[in-house]
Amino acid sequence: MTPAPLSPSYEPERQSRRILGPIFGLACLVATSTGVVVLSILLGAVVAAVIRGSQGGSVLGTLGHLLTSMQSSTPESAGFRAGVVGSLWLLGLVAAFSIPVGIGAAVFLEEYVSAGRIRRIIQLNIANLAGVPSIVYGILGLALFVRAFGYKNLAFGPTLWAGGLTLGLLILPVIVIATQEALRTVPNSLRQAAMALGASRWQVVRDHVLPSALPGILTGVILALSRAIGETAPLLMVGAAGSILRLPKGPSSRYTALPVEIYNYAKEPDPKYQAVAAGGILLLLALLLTMNATAIVIRNRYARSSRG
Amino acid sequence: MSVSETVAAAAAPAGPSPGDPSILTTEQLSVWYGTSLALKEITIAIPRNRITAMIGPSGCGKSTLLRCFNRMNDLVAGARMEGRITFDGDDIAAQGVDAVALRRRIGMVFQKPNPFPKSIYQNVAWGARINGYKGDMDDLVEKSLRRAALWDEVKGKLHRSGLELSGGQQQRLCIARTLAVEPEVILMDEPCSALDPISTARVEDLMDDLKADYTIVIVTHNMQQARRVSDMTACMMLDEASNGNTQRTGIVVEFSPTEILFTKPNDPRTEAYITGRIG
Repeated sequence: MTPAPLSPSYEPERQSRRILGPIFGLACLVATSTGVVVLSILLGAVVAAVIRGSQGGSVLGTLGHLLTSMQSSTPESAGFRAGVVGSLWLLGLVAAFSIPVGIGAAVFLEEYVSAGRIRRIIQLNIANLAGVPSIVYGILGLALFVRAFGYKNLAFGPTLWAGGLTLGLLILPVIVIATQEALRTVPNSLRQAAMALGASRWQVVRDHVLPSALPGILTGVILALSRAIGETAPLLMVGAAGSILRLPKGPSSRYTALPVEIYNYAKEPDPKYQAVAAGGILLLLALLLTMNATAIVIRNRYARSSRG
Repeated sequence: MSVSETVAAAAAPAGPSPGDPSILTTEQLSVWYGTSLALKEITIAIPRNRITAMIGPSGCGKSTLLRCFNRMNDLVAGARMEGRITFDGDDIAAQGVDAVALRRRIGMVFQKPNPFPKSIYQNVAWGARINGYKGDMDDLVEKSLRRAALWDEVKGKLHRSGLELSGGQQQRLCIARTLAVEPEVILMDEPCSALDPISTARVEDLMDDLKADYTIVIVTHNMQQARRVSDMTACMMLDEASNGNTQRTGIVVEFSPTEILFTKPNDPRTEAYITGRIG
């Protein structure tokens, strides 16, 4: 069937549109593959380095050895135990600080402050803070937590407290923004229904708004925590130890972290250390992927239960 | 309004008396959103244990007036009120009046059914629990659902989600939820506009039923509905003095018994509206 003739005002240019469409699709495909391809190459290189370094042993065996060994001057016996334990400590401290503070700030901004200039100003500042380079947070942590501006009695020194609080500040804006987004998806009709029954704002937030927003909040929180665990620069700044032979005993201990140890091994001139560093990267990736998987599982479970 | 005027206004009308037929009154009530006047000098008295309907064209402020009664309008950014609203003789905007406590006594049912994404049981129980209900919750839930004519349909699935119900059932669940906190007044903002005719009829029957114990104020677009269910009707219009494009100001042109308003309206604008010539 031939299309009905158009009035001369139309110039449909079917030919060029037919060509341009697929070209655009192809360009998008290339854009998609860029990230995936580069990441696969990187992962392949890391795994290859670990295999070379394991000298006939299995990769998992090598990783297990790396997980349980402390730092060492010989690459054969070197491992990441101190870094893994330090990173898990940091994870706990960061979570304990930034989750309540971040969610609290977001709830205040979304549920208590009415839209207006003050909220816009705070909002803008938080968005800017989320874009501040992590090394700047490192300097802040150094001045504020490690040295307390020279007041020695208040200073934490280069301890887990200082590292955890610095990373906590670093991801705070991310948690605030993610939580705000999640709170905005809660329909207003829900708040009104609850208010109309004579509920106080706190009761509405506690029983309806937060539970409805929880999947989104948790996803944002876990992704932010993943970011904190992968950070190296601020930890170098606030004094994660380069070489440490004891595990931290508590939050006031000195510590090192997984990415810091990877960085230090990668700096060694002996090429055998490269394999150790590569193994550390795999350990870090495993940790991050586990956390992201947890985020997805939690989100799916809550999304289902809040519907059903 | 100055302090002395407030005192004078408070002293002028008689205080709450047992025989007072009005439960809610407005005196010279004006509402602004920012700089735009939404309601102008509304003075009406809502009779106790009656159904009062508010009709009028879209945008004439019916819902705004309704939301003033339980101070839900406070939650709208930029909303401001002048004049006086009394509930049982007391100024609801006076210093020290807790809007949260007021909303427990003046319940509200919304246009779109909005049950909580929780079980049917929790939907009814939540409001009572947060208001400190100490009695037998199972009893209260059953009583409220029976009163809302929903019990027989849901008694076997109280722990299923309220969102699984049909639209009409959801709206009756919202009414049951409101009844569970034992309000004195129930405000209904176009409660049937999202429902099919059969569900609408059930809700209308229910309203007639509830009249004995509650005062109901209903906003509706449906003049037949107002005529069927209500005892008193307020006809609202856009103030012709306001420019309809930049500012839409609502006024009450007539407030009469429903029978009179629909048969022998006093105001030519009411007549024009109910006969379909305007609105």
